[in-house]
Amino acid sequence: MRPELRIIAEWIEPGARVLDLGCGDGALLAHLMQSREVSGYGLEIDPANVLRCIENGVNVIEADIDAGLEEFGDQSFDYVVMSQALQALQHPDLAIQEILRVGQVGVLTFPNFGHWRARTQLVRGRMPMTPALPSRWYATENIHLCTVNDFEALCQEQAWSILRRNFTGPAQRQGWLSRTIPNLFAESALYMLKGAIPAAA
Amino acid sequence: MNDSSPAPEEFGGLGIVVPQRITLDAPLLLDCGRTLAQHELMVETYGRLNADRSNAILICHALSGDHHAAGFHAAGDRKPGWWDNCIGPGRPIDTDRFFVVCLNNLGGCRGSTGPGTINPDSGKHWGPDFPIVTVRDWVRSQALLADHLGIRQWAAGIGGSLGGMQIMQWAIDLPERIRHAIVIAAAPKLSAQNIAFNEIARQAILSDPEFHDGHFYEHGTVPSRGLKLARMLGHITYLSDEAMRAKFGRVLRGGHMQFNYEVEFEVESYLRYQGQQFVDRFDANTYLLMTKALDYFDPARDYSDDLVAALSHASARFFVLAFEADWRFSPERSREIVQALVAAGKNVSYALIESQLGHDDFLMPLPEYHQLLRAYLNRVALEVGA
Repeated sequence: MRPELRIIAEWIEPGARVLDLGCGDGALLAHLMQSREVSGYGLEIDPANVLRCIENGVNVIEADIDAGLEEFGDQSFDYVVMSQALQALQHPDLAIQEILRVGQVGVLTFPNFGHWRARTQLVRGRMPMTPALPSRWYATENIHLCTVNDFEALCQEQAWSILRRNFTGPAQRQGWLSRTIPNLFAESALYMLKGAIPAAA
Repeated sequence: MNDSSPAPEEFGGLGIVVPQRITLDAPLLLDCGRTLAQHELMVETYGRLNADRSNAILICHALSGDHHAAGFHAAGDRKPGWWDNCIGPGRPIDTDRFFVVCLNNLGGCRGSTGPGTINPDSGKHWGPDFPIVTVRDWVRSQALLADHLGIRQWAAGIGGSLGGMQIMQWAIDLPERIRHAIVIAAAPKLSAQNIAFNEIARQAILSDPEFHDGHFYEHGTVPSRGLKLARMLGHITYLSDEAMRAKFGRVLRGGHMQFNYEVEFEVESYLRYQGQQFVDRFDANTYLLMTKALDYFDPARDYSDDLVAALSHASARFFVLAFEADWRFSPERSREIVQALVAAGKNVSYALIESQLGHDDFLMPLPEYHQLLRAYLNRVALEVGA
């Protein structure tokens, strides 16, 4: 399991109800089901991943996150997780709003476009290609990239509270740098957010 | 709609299978208020029931289906059972692991007690006196069959279309008796449009002069024109616009317009052929009953029209599958089921299968579809020790 997923798993209380958006092969949910008795569903758009989820015994619902989460009730999940998918969405800000409507809290991760490696390539006049952003500009699914600072500015504008955050670097040795100056050194950012307006229960 | 028809020995499936008629002696109280003192069901089983009787799978048929789901009845048969591509040794519903049970529902016309069989009280055909049955009645009848076979709990119930609705009803009415509910190309209830199509089909039958108010057996007639029309209408709803375009286009059989009402377009020829085939194998009274059972199906009705409340009784894990090209029971209808299951906190997976044909895709060996069923049933097999 990706180190990032391991951190997310640590953030989730045992027995919680989890919705995992863009769940891939269901590794996170499978792990949470086994280790934390979590119940939940993954949403996934890629049929090959849906099949892998079924093979892994994970509840998966084939759906397009861009089409919205309107089928899910307000505050109907303890956690709504979206790992490395935000940057590929049509309307990331609206998606987060929806996540915070459906979930008590949202757990989000995204590649940090402010990472030094991306910056140095941009300074040289080329679109970045890094381990976290491996595709060429014309072939990438990522259409809404942001930096750690951009993301936190959005949270402030929308009055979303940041409950927890964590940053991961490409290698463990860079971990302390990514924690101290995340906007420059974090390859990937993890946030736990809570919505601005508490749901009318 | 199996187009290919290789000989049994070439097919690699179950080979020759033998149906059996099972008499269920327990009285069956029906939703309409009447009771059948006993009834008979035609049943086929494939594979072996394991020692702890945990590996049984129930297959529920759709509107015009029957007990003959897989294999051949005789060496010379042109076509195998209706879901042969999915059931057999090594197939997604693997008869090397599972004991598979398929039956002709009560009210059917392929040997089970129904309008075309003899009413023991009168010594005559039941005809229109046969009670109108519901999906709930079928579940009750199938539960008696399960008792008879010594099956306390199905490892899985699987059905497409009206078959999927029976599986949903099982999960709601007898939750402890079904571990996994696989609901394919179904809907939580019919829309007004669905009911409208059924009504036209019924009117076609009811207004056929040979129908004789359902007593056509005594008159030695068959309301073939009405039944044919009903089936032609049905066929249009089973195929997508695109599939019909691809299959038939607007090709004129004679190459030019004839300015009469004979068969000119290929699609007319296809519908007439399918309609006629149906007349040769199906019963008009059964068609009326089956469409009525579809119309009445609405498990939420018993729970103040709250599907979430209805499904909150279920304990099965659900797998809901829908087909892109299906407009009779579109993917949105399957999503309604999924949505209610999620709201009820149930275990459910949902897959949308890329398809072209339409509603009939649930009978087709589409690779993605079969892979999903196989993967899901692998998990079921591990769970029940099959």
